[in-house]
Parts: sequence; structure tokens; C-alpha cells
Amino acid sequence: MTEFIQLVLAGTANGCIYGLLALALVLIYRSTHIINFGQGEMAMFSTYICWSFLNAGMGYWVAVPLTLILAFAAGIAVQRVLIRPVQNAPELTIVIVTLGLYLFFNSLALWIYSGVPKPFPLPTGIRQASWQVGDIFIIPYHLFIFAVLITLMAVLYVLFQRTKLGLGLRAAAAQPASSRLVGINVNWMLALGWGIAAAAGALAGMLSAPVVQLEPNFMATILIFSFASATLGGFDSPPGAVVGGIAIGNIVALGGRYIEFIGTQLDIVLALVVIVAVLLIRPAGLFGRQVVQRV
Amino acid sequence: MRKPKRWTALLMLFAAVAMVLAAACGGDDDDDDGGTTPPAGGTTAAGQTPTQQQDVKKYDPGASDTEIKIGGVYPFSGPAAAYGTIGKAVEAYFKMVNEQGGINGRKITFITKDDQYSPDKTVQAVRELVEQEKVLLIFNTLGTPSNTAIWDYLNQQKIPHLFVATGASKWGADPKSRPWTIGWQPDYQSESAIYVEWLAKEKPNAKVAILYQNDDYGKDYVEGFKKALGAKASQVIVKEATYATTDASVNAQVAQLKESGADTFFVVATPKFATQALVAATQVGWKPTILLNSVSQSIPSVLDPAAQQGADLSNIISTFYIKDPGDPQWANDPAIKAYKDFMAKYYPSGNVNDGFNVYGYAVAQTLVEVLKKSGNNLTRENILKQATSLKDLRIDVLLPGILINTSPVDSATPDYYPIQAEQLAKYNPSAKKWDLFGEVIDISKKK
Repeated sequence: MTEFIQLVLAGTANGCIYGLLALALVLIYRSTHIINFGQGEMAMFSTYICWSFLNAGMGYWVAVPLTLILAFAAGIAVQRVLIRPVQNAPELTIVIVTLGLYLFFNSLALWIYSGVPKPFPLPTGIRQASWQVGDIFIIPYHLFIFAVLITLMAVLYVLFQRTKLGLGLRAAAAQPASSRLVGINVNWMLALGWGIAAAAGALAGMLSAPVVQLEPNFMATILIFSFASATLGGFDSPPGAVVGGIAIGNIVALGGRYIEFIGTQLDIVLALVVIVAVLLIRPAGLFGRQVVQRV
Repeated sequence: MRKPKRWTALLMLFAAVAMVLAAACGGDDDDDDGGTTPPAGGTTAAGQTPTQQQDVKKYDPGASDTEIKIGGVYPFSGPAAAYGTIGKAVEAYFKMVNEQGGINGRKITFITKDDQYSPDKTVQAVRELVEQEKVLLIFNTLGTPSNTAIWDYLNQQKIPHLFVATGASKWGADPKSRPWTIGWQPDYQSESAIYVEWLAKEKPNAKVAILYQNDDYGKDYVEGFKKALGAKASQVIVKEATYATTDASVNAQVAQLKESGADTFFVVATPKFATQALVAATQVGWKPTILLNSVSQSIPSVLDPAAQQGADLSNIISTFYIKDPGDPQWANDPAIKAYKDFMAKYYPSGNVNDGFNVYGYAVAQTLVEVLKKSGNNLTRENILKQATSLKDLRIDVLLPGILINTSPVDSATPDYYPIQAEQLAKYNPSAKKWDLFGEVIDISKKK
């Protein structure tokens, strides 16, 4: 039982990070129906920016918000400069542009920062040593990640459901033509969506960097699990992305332990099994809306 | 509104996953070369070995009365660019040799190419070196995947592929099938066997849990560990867990290993995951004796970051074969002094305390010895013969007592493992250094 609980804790901590990046994917998918393959690399690059601030002697609690603001602005800039010109092109074109983003940020990071992993500090004030409860060890930083995730969900909920801006964001995504007619600036709403997604991704990067270490490919590996999380939760549901992330984290941790033939050797396969199973059985995901088309 | 089409979305998703997987796999196995290193220092100079065979001059392409052309391929850029400094140190060493008169009057021309740690680029680079530059031999190409990619080609062309910079045991496992390729540094299996020796002496009842990377590099270590344990393997190893380079963290694996009740933790991981494993063990309250594979013994890239995250580093053991130039115990060592003078004069932009530079210095020195022994018979066949007939060659930046020995394929006991001796060291967290202890353990003598 002790081992089970310990694995659930470890799985949930990983899952929160998958959930955060999945959230970024979902925020963009919801408004534009494209998957941004560059999401993970944008997050990775933001994390490097934060590392540069920290390295220059800036405090954690200054560097992180500053990075979030920059990531938000960069997300908007990417949408305005690169995505908007191809906004009405076929989906494949947009996908290729986001693949370009992936390669661009990956190469840029490698060029500027080299491939040598860089240690990334824990937030100042977070205790390193674990708390022991009976035989269970609870890692303070994991609780911190969980708390940040819950807070972010709450903020997004209020933003989307309780503010006029949120209403505009949702309207622009759901009915762009009608929104334009009632005076919503749809183009800016889409750009804001990219900005919010980029900031959420940056948060995922900065939260996972102390655990996994910062190197140019570190987000690419997390992105795979995020795709699985978003698929499981539903590509148009932000809470679904988070629940999906935590579920994937646990499926991988527990499956690797208790399903004998999988072991830790094949645990990544579990993520792919989940993707395929969801797409076959319930393509909209657990929390997604089934899309009904009138024919 | 745009209607998402289900099948396109599905296709996109698969494409995405495939792409990301490919990217992830391609990028992360960088550290399996093992060069990790210990530092060391070296010495010197050009040599005093008596040259033989001065009589008849015989040459293959790449050699002449005035020149010996050598090709090398390193990741000077890309994800594993940290290893690139080895190539620069080797080049600097040859420059020094040339300034001191060369080898039997011939100057070394060392032509290097950048493969960015990508095996397809290695193949292209090596073909250019062989077919266009017409080098006499290929030296110290870096990385297990890269060397695997050129292994067959060089053996078919019968080009010496000497002292490759990787710790895989396969370069020496079956010399008869590919006699033109030889490693240099202690291989992973020998290193595992050294840990087994130590356990037999110090912790005969050890219960070992192993964390290893799920690829050739990880399996090489585990196989060596099991081979050395022999029949006792199933009792001694109580649990194994693996990770893939795509895993976000190894926390779940470490939690499982702890539950096995093991008192010894063998970490076969590249630096990023080794750091995680050290931190995770402390976080779940596990205090085993840790055997840390040499791939991840770097203080700045593994132990310091682990300490910053609160890992308990008081009981960690690893193996070494080169002197660490940053270790005060070698401050007055003539070999290390000579190495430092060399760095100052020929490679001033390099970090004198970087273990990779000492490694480059030592391996270049080994090749120079081979070339000196080849005398005026600079055929590929003779160079291979000399490289595989080294007897108790001493490279003075190696730890005291470590000698290089090889035997050719046509001998009774072919030996394509030049260095198989190492010394254990325990990490000293307060002084932030490794303290060597015990005798040098030579695995080739135990086999």
C-alpha cells in the first residue's frame, strides 16, 4: 500500500506537468482548431529566458512573473506575425507553420544555450526535504506544482466564464463571423488566446525544469504525454486537459509497476495506447463536446 | 466556424506523436559515451620511444615522407557539443607534437568534421575523410551510435578505426569480426565488474537495485554486472527498473526500487537522469550505498545540481582511470603540470579542469605512441598491428598503476580493450571532490 501511494504521488506530480502543457495545447485548439506543435518548444525557450534572468542574479519570484509576461507577449507576436497570414489557409498549412516553430525554437535554444543541461533552481522558500507521514514521503515541491495548477485553473475559469473579455474570447472561438458582427475584434481575441497559451506553457516549463533539468529537448518528451492527456481529457476542454494529465501520469506510474509485461520498459507505450483507445472509443475525449455536423 | 474533421485530426495527432518521438529519441542519448571524466593530466611529450623498422619506407594513402593524415569526427555543435572539446584538445596535442618535430620527421595533419552527434552525418563525414581527403586512419570518432554507423564501412575498407570515444563493450567483444575497430577507455562491462569486485569485498550480502536507461548503453552495464556476479546474480539483484530518455522523471522508478528493500543502488543513467535519481532517492527517504556509473560522475553537471535540490550525497561510489586536473592531490604531479602547460600554450580557450580535455590529451598521446612504433612502415595494416600490440604502455595522466595493453586478433588471446583497470572513489560532499581509495582493480587479469 505504501508503494502504491508513493507511486500515485509521483505519478500525480508528473501528471500535473503534462496537464499544464496539455492546457496550453487545448487553449489554442479551442480557439483555432489547430494543434500547435511548437507549444513545447516555446515553453522550453521561455524557460531558458527565465534561466537567463536567474543566472543574472534576479530573484525567482521576480524572474518567473517577468518571464510569464514576456511569454504572453511572444505568444501574441507569434500569432500576429506567423499564424495570422495563414489563418484561412488549409489546416495542413497551419500545422506546417507550427512545425516550423518547433524547429525554430529548438535550434535557437541549441545555438544560444548549447545542449548541456542546466540546473534550474526550486522556487525560493520551497522546502527541499520531504515530509514523512507514516511510511509515505511527501515532496513539498510536488504540492507546490499541484497548488499552482489549481490556482491557474481557477484564474482561467474566472477569466473565461466571469469576464467580458472571456466572453469575447469564447465567442470569437465559437462563432467568429457572428462575433465580428457584434463588434468583437476576433483577430485580437485569437492573438490573446495564443498569448495565454504561451504563458501557460511557459509555466509548465518553469515548473518542470527543476525536476527534469533544462536542455533544449526537455519539453519535447513532455509534449508526447501532453498530447495523450489532451486527447484523453478532450481537446476542447481545459479542465479535461488537467484531469487527463493527472490520469496519464498515474496510468504510466502504476502501469509500469503493476502490469507485469509492461514494466518500466514499455511504460511510454501506455500513453500511446490511451491515445488510440480514446480516439477509437470516444474521439472527443472524456470532457470534450461531441461535434455534430449538419449535413 | 471551421469544422474539425475527425480523421484529419486523428492523422495529425499520429503525425505529431511520431515526430515528437523521433525528436526525443534522436536528441537524448548523448551522454552514453562515457567519457566522463576524470581528469587528468598529462604529460608529455614527444617521445622517447625507440623507433623500430626505420629501414624500408612503406606507405598507404595519407602517409608520405613529410605527412601523416588523420581523420576525426566530433559533435562540435548540436545537442552533444560539450564533447566537442575532446576534438579540439586532440588537435592541439598534435600541434604540439608537430612543433616538437613531428613523428619520425613527419607532421600530423588532423582533419576534423562536425557530425552534430547525428549518425547519418558521421557516415557522410567519414566517407569524405576516406574518399576525398584520403586519410591514413580514422581516430577517436565520438559516440556509440555514430561509431556503429561507420563500423562496417571502415572494416570493409580496411581502414584503422582507432581508439573510438565510447565506452560500449562491443568494440572489443568480437575483434575477429571487425578487426579494424578498437576502443580505448574502460568499457561499461569492465566498470560493472569493478563494482562487483568491490561489493564482494566490502558488502558481500548486498542487495542491489538497478536503475538503467532502456537502451544499449544501459543494458551493457547491466549485462556486465550480471556476468561478473555469475550464478549469484539472481540473489544479489533484487530489483531492476528502467527509464526511457522520453520519461519526464524517474521518481516512480525510484519509489519502486526503494520498496524492494535493496541496500545498494546502482545508477546507470546519463547526467540528467542520474541527478533526478539521486534527488528522488533522498526524497523518498532511501539511504542506500549508491554506485554511480562513470558516465554521470561529473561534479558540475550531476552532483552539484543534486546537492542544490537537497540530495544526500554522503554514500556514493564511482570509478576513475584518469587524474583529475582540478583535484588538489595532483597539483604537484609532473604529468598534470605538463598537461596544464600544454593547455595554456596550445589550447588556451579550453577549460583546463574539464575532464574531456585530459581525455583528449591522453588518447592523442596513445595514438602518437602507436605512430612512433610504426616507424617508416606507415601502412594501414602495420598501424593496426602496432595499435593492437601495446604492452604495458604508460600514459602518465592515467591514474598510477594503470597500463595500456592490447593483443592482435591473430594472437592466442586477442585483446581489444586497451584500458580495463580503474580505481574506486568515494564522493566527499563537503569538499566537493572524489576521494580515491583502495588499489587499482584490473579486470583483464581476473578474466
